[in-house]
Amino acid sequence: MFRLEVRTSTPAWLNLALPLLAVAATLVLCSGLIALAGAGVVESYGVMFTASLGDSYAITETLVRAAPMIFTGLAVAVAFRAKFWNIGAEGQLLAGAVASCLVGAIPMPGALAMLLMAIVGAAAGGAVALVPATLRVKFKVDDVVSSLLLNSVIYYALMALIEGPWKDSFSGYPISPPIEDSANFPVLIEGTRLHLGVIVALIAAPLIWFLIARTTLGFRIRVTGENPEAARYGGIPVERVLISTALMSGALAGLAGVGEVGGVHFQVMSDISPGYGYSGIVVAMLARLNPLGVVPAAIFLAAVMTGAEAMSRATGVPAFLSDVIQGTALLAMLVALLFTAYRIRRVGAAS
Amino acid sequence: MSAVFEQIFQVGFLAAIIRIATPLAFATLGEMFSERAGVLNLGIEGIMLLCAMTGFTATSLSGSLWLGVLVAVLTGMLMGALHALFTVALGLSQHVCGIGVTLFSSGLAYFLYRLIFGQQSVPPAIKGFQTLPIPVLSDIPVLGPAVFNQFALVYVAIIAIPVAAFVLYRTPWGLSVRMVGENPRAADSAGVSVIATRFQAVILGGALMGLAGAFLSMAQFNAFTFGVVSGRGWVAIALVVFGRWDPWRSAGAALLFAFVDALQLRMQASGLGHIPYEAFLMLPFIFTIVAMAVMSRNAVAPSALLKPFRREER
Repeated sequence: MFRLEVRTSTPAWLNLALPLLAVAATLVLCSGLIALAGAGVVESYGVMFTASLGDSYAITETLVRAAPMIFTGLAVAVAFRAKFWNIGAEGQLLAGAVASCLVGAIPMPGALAMLLMAIVGAAAGGAVALVPATLRVKFKVDDVVSSLLLNSVIYYALMALIEGPWKDSFSGYPISPPIEDSANFPVLIEGTRLHLGVIVALIAAPLIWFLIARTTLGFRIRVTGENPEAARYGGIPVERVLISTALMSGALAGLAGVGEVGGVHFQVMSDISPGYGYSGIVVAMLARLNPLGVVPAAIFLAAVMTGAEAMSRATGVPAFLSDVIQGTALLAMLVALLFTAYRIRRVGAAS
Repeated sequence: MSAVFEQIFQVGFLAAIIRIATPLAFATLGEMFSERAGVLNLGIEGIMLLCAMTGFTATSLSGSLWLGVLVAVLTGMLMGALHALFTVALGLSQHVCGIGVTLFSSGLAYFLYRLIFGQQSVPPAIKGFQTLPIPVLSDIPVLGPAVFNQFALVYVAIIAIPVAAFVLYRTPWGLSVRMVGENPRAADSAGVSVIATRFQAVILGGALMGLAGAFLSMAQFNAFTFGVVSGRGWVAIALVVFGRWDPWRSAGAALLFAFVDALQLRMQASGLGHIPYEAFLMLPFIFTIVAMAVMSRNAVAPSALLKPFRREER
């Protein structure tokens, strides 16, 4: 017989090994679907890799796709560190996108527009996240359900806007009018879509890491998450910490929306986010809630997404494989995390 | 104005409410059983989608509607078992697992559908369930044609509500479900297997989610599209809270939401476009969030919701 035994400490190498193990297990499990589709497993994964990370243009495309997931991944990581269960990154992203698009449509100098778009988008995301946090702190309302349900509220609000007063009168489609050309984020490498927002995302990760690991607020967030009773006993204003965490988490998710408006779509439409908010949960879990780990985790998911389209064209395996990989990776990672808390011990038959 | 009201409130309107409420009632009852046992199942959105796909596919390939329903129910039970394996047996965090199950099942639904049917300009359709008038009852004025001239699955839903209430409140198993959801430690001391009961409740919930998915692709739309569920799983999550984890109230909440949804559809159709229809679709979510804030004072949620149970940890 085997049984689970509680670990007293987690060896450091596990932190790196577990996500890799989870990803490997995911790719092995999903190779069954590739075989089911009648394609070669090695060939399919090969195409996926080359098309997403094989040359410099492919890498820029993957980074563009990774940027929103770096932000939502950071949003979820920060929130989960404080055990503020923010499932609402999707809605916060949409709020950020709408707010920044409204600002970006106002004529003003480009640099100012971009700065204001970021500020307003972050504020909008933070405001949305404030709702479940306030409800939890003031009324003890479960934040999982309230933050999840807010996603639908924000989505329908966005739809009401782009099908109603905000509909682009020029095209007649349910999309918002575009932002000013001067507000389009500058492209960093000629001939690619690599925009300023991607660099901001890459810089945000170490900044958030520093904030969590090295500052007083970060310490308070961690203690609140690990042991709220001890935090309160130690004089930490747990409620205020939760509110600050929510604001920061929502702002980060809002910035994901800002990047999509300023750097990729230049307007808002109903499918501006193909579930980046939920992908953020996958990213944060793969990163073990470490802001530095969010970057490779987001790049992995982005590579799967960009690679899947090329794989589909080359081998005929449906590109939806990338969605299955996302879900499987999250579940595999959760199982792998058991090894940090427990270890498997053989128990003698006599016991 | 009265002409408009007459146009809106017809027999067809009542029938539409019942039709819209049916998948929501199945899904809400399914989520309720799971949550009463202490397991939040956020996999519902994806499970419904996958079941809509497998049920549709089975019918499309075999020509039998009831075989499709059976396959959808079995799919739901399987996915319920998967969620229970992670959250009950392994004790992993329920909300994150639920999102994982939703991502996994919806991805799998899209993938398999594309694999089986390829990319077609016109999505394949089936001859779905036809209305089945119940003799005598369907002759009752107004109520008859609205309630008793419906799809067979609608009658299943109408029967499922009292059955669910009976099972939950009047059977030993229902008592076990409520015990493991309220106080698993006490249930364990009383000799109730917390793990087994939770597994059973989540699997039963999955079966009901399967019926919800089957209704959508085999009675309501007669086709599988990627938007066939479009948030109805999240609506069910809201309705369970709004219905205070009670079968009757949850079903009532489903009916209320269906009324608002049907009204919204009618107003869109009759060109009363003053209020954006999205405002109506938002209502159940806003109501639920407000209701949670109001209800939180007299906690009605199962106490052990979201808490894994490990026997050896005291």
